[in-house]
Amino acid sequence: MSGKEFQTYFPHSGRIDEANTSTEIDEKTIAELEEIVARYPQPRSAVLPMLHLVQSVDGRVSPRGLEVIAELAGITPAQVSGVATFYTMYRKHPAGKHHIGICVTALCAVMGGDILYDKVSEHLGVGDGETTADGSFSLERIECNAACDFAPVMMVNWEFLDNMTPEKATQILDDLAVGRPVKPNRGATLTSFKENERVLAGFNDGRADEGVSAGEPSLLGLSIAKERGWAAPKPGAAPKEEAPEAKEGSGK
Amino acid sequence: MTDLLTPVLCENWGTEKSWKLSAYLLSGGFSAAKKALKLAPADVVGIVKDAGLRGRGGAGFPTGLKWSFVPQDNPNPKYLVVNADESEPGTCKDMPLLLASPHTLLEGIVISSYAINCHTAFVYVRGEVVHVARRLQAAVAELHEAGWLGKNIQGSGFDLDIVIHSGAGAYICGEETALLDSLEGRRGQPRLRPPFPAVAGLYASPTVINNVESISTVPSIIKNGAEWFAGMGTEKSNGFTFYSLSGHVKRPGQFEAPLGITFRQLLELSGGMRDSHELKFWTPGGSSTPILTPEHLDVPLDYEGMASVGSMLGTKAMQVFDETTSVVRTTLRWSEFYKHESCGKCTPCREGTWWLVQLLRRLEAGEGQEGDVDKLLAVTEDINGLSFCALAGGAVACVTSAVRHFRPEFELGYTTPAWESFPYERSAVFIKDRPDGQSEGGRV
Repeated sequence: MSGKEFQTYFPHSGRIDEANTSTEIDEKTIAELEEIVARYPQPRSAVLPMLHLVQSVDGRVSPRGLEVIAELAGITPAQVSGVATFYTMYRKHPAGKHHIGICVTALCAVMGGDILYDKVSEHLGVGDGETTADGSFSLERIECNAACDFAPVMMVNWEFLDNMTPEKATQILDDLAVGRPVKPNRGATLTSFKENERVLAGFNDGRADEGVSAGEPSLLGLSIAKERGWAAPKPGAAPKEEAPEAKEGSGK
Repeated sequence: MTDLLTPVLCENWGTEKSWKLSAYLLSGGFSAAKKALKLAPADVVGIVKDAGLRGRGGAGFPTGLKWSFVPQDNPNPKYLVVNADESEPGTCKDMPLLLASPHTLLEGIVISSYAINCHTAFVYVRGEVVHVARRLQAAVAELHEAGWLGKNIQGSGFDLDIVIHSGAGAYICGEETALLDSLEGRRGQPRLRPPFPAVAGLYASPTVINNVESISTVPSIIKNGAEWFAGMGTEKSNGFTFYSLSGHVKRPGQFEAPLGITFRQLLELSGGMRDSHELKFWTPGGSSTPILTPEHLDVPLDYEGMASVGSMLGTKAMQVFDETTSVVRTTLRWSEFYKHESCGKCTPCREGTWWLVQLLRRLEAGEGQEGDVDKLLAVTEDINGLSFCALAGGAVACVTSAVRHFRPEFELGYTTPAWESFPYERSAVFIKDRPDGQSEGGRV
């Protein structure tokens, strides 16, 4: 094999940016971090939600964040850093106000996710893992987000934008850029990456009642069953082995 | 024989604000938990055992049996951890369930915790789904207010708290022991077994880890009885489950059906393949289950049926691809997924998935060299079975099965780029919105 085909490709590796020491973490943040610790039988279990809370304040995992988490969890900052760099949702550099994820795992990629990613990347002028100069948007090639029946899928601040097309996506980005409200298909009106990170840290924003119960594909089987009068048997009906011909009578 | 579709867990998804406790109670919610709290815990375990419920997260291990492994004489606290880290490519059933009816899972947790004598349960939900976390957190708060969580729930003397824990983007945390390490605030890397989690799991205490769908099925079993549940499905694969169809079908979506339905039947329900296209290949249960072809349309989609054709039922996530799709490209994208998600603990998986991607990239680009397909298979042999957990097996299965069914297409990669043989824009499917904001039913 010649060398040229074999390039190392680890876009998500690397360490926390310790050169950038800026932080917005204050006493209130620390009190909230303590609240997270109190949820768990052992303090170290709070590390993941604490990292989400740090991101909700600093937009990334900051060196100060590592220190306070380490102290509360009873481990070293290096250990916290080791955890933070393992998980792709923790950012080494600040996310944009809105964090855009385009699913490029096999199914979404084939269904149009690749085309979508290229268009969005071109529209924003940034690539994978980058943030726009004005700090409005960051972009990420994401992996399967458990919405395959809505492919191709785009996530904004980890809310579902289903059945995306390049046209719809660029419209959404333009709307967000000028502060027009955007409703995800299944979720709460888009706010920001930071505000949603706070929810992931376990601080509910009281917006659970926004949005739909389910998208159309989620209800497809149910609606077909209703149309055709199909249902699970009533309790006490004959078990499967004894009633092979009961099918005719079961539909309405 | 029962009806082709048997909506049980999704039955209330279409109701007004279905995620609220008030709506859940109106649809009969928590009657099963009431019933269970009056039984002896061991009897609850017995009912779930008799029902023959098998884990719905992929492995299919009998749920009741798993519960019975918890040593009740162990002085440590017992824990229930629900695996809501749904990340297996193609799998998209648990997130809609939690969005539409989080209380179904929470009622299941109340019953299951009671059965194994657990007082602190965790839901480990993947991080990249904020609205799911919102609904779960709000649902837990509602249950505290209603006296279904906390001390002495419903006057039963039983105490229970549920912690909703958001992950942070790591497929491997769907593997149960990696999930436990992650929940302990560490990098999510699998543990060597034994000891099994039932004996030494979270904080080295007895722990049961079950998938969202498994635990959510428990209330219906308690309510309607083990016989009712076992009356559905096939001989060794009891009950009903979610089948998720995605890809080049007319109408993708969720279908709750008795185990043993065939892919042909599901395909018909979803309107068949998109117009003027035909089925090329499909996964029965996510990308970690060996791919199948049109010749497997009539094999029952149960644990035994899938095993009989060299595949696995997995998460019952059917990703459907038509003849416009390059199998080399698709396999490459799955391999890139596994390479990225390998936790790095075991060398064969960490290095092997990297090499699979290198070989597949040049086959996709039409720059493969004579012998590359055999080399690809040789690499899979260096990975398979040589790691702690099942991630590597999944990474290998999609490659070996694709080569088995479509070897000439891989060999075409010695001369021709995949995007020339299968122009990628032909596989793309973009649904246009109608002027009223609804999506069109048909696909373009």
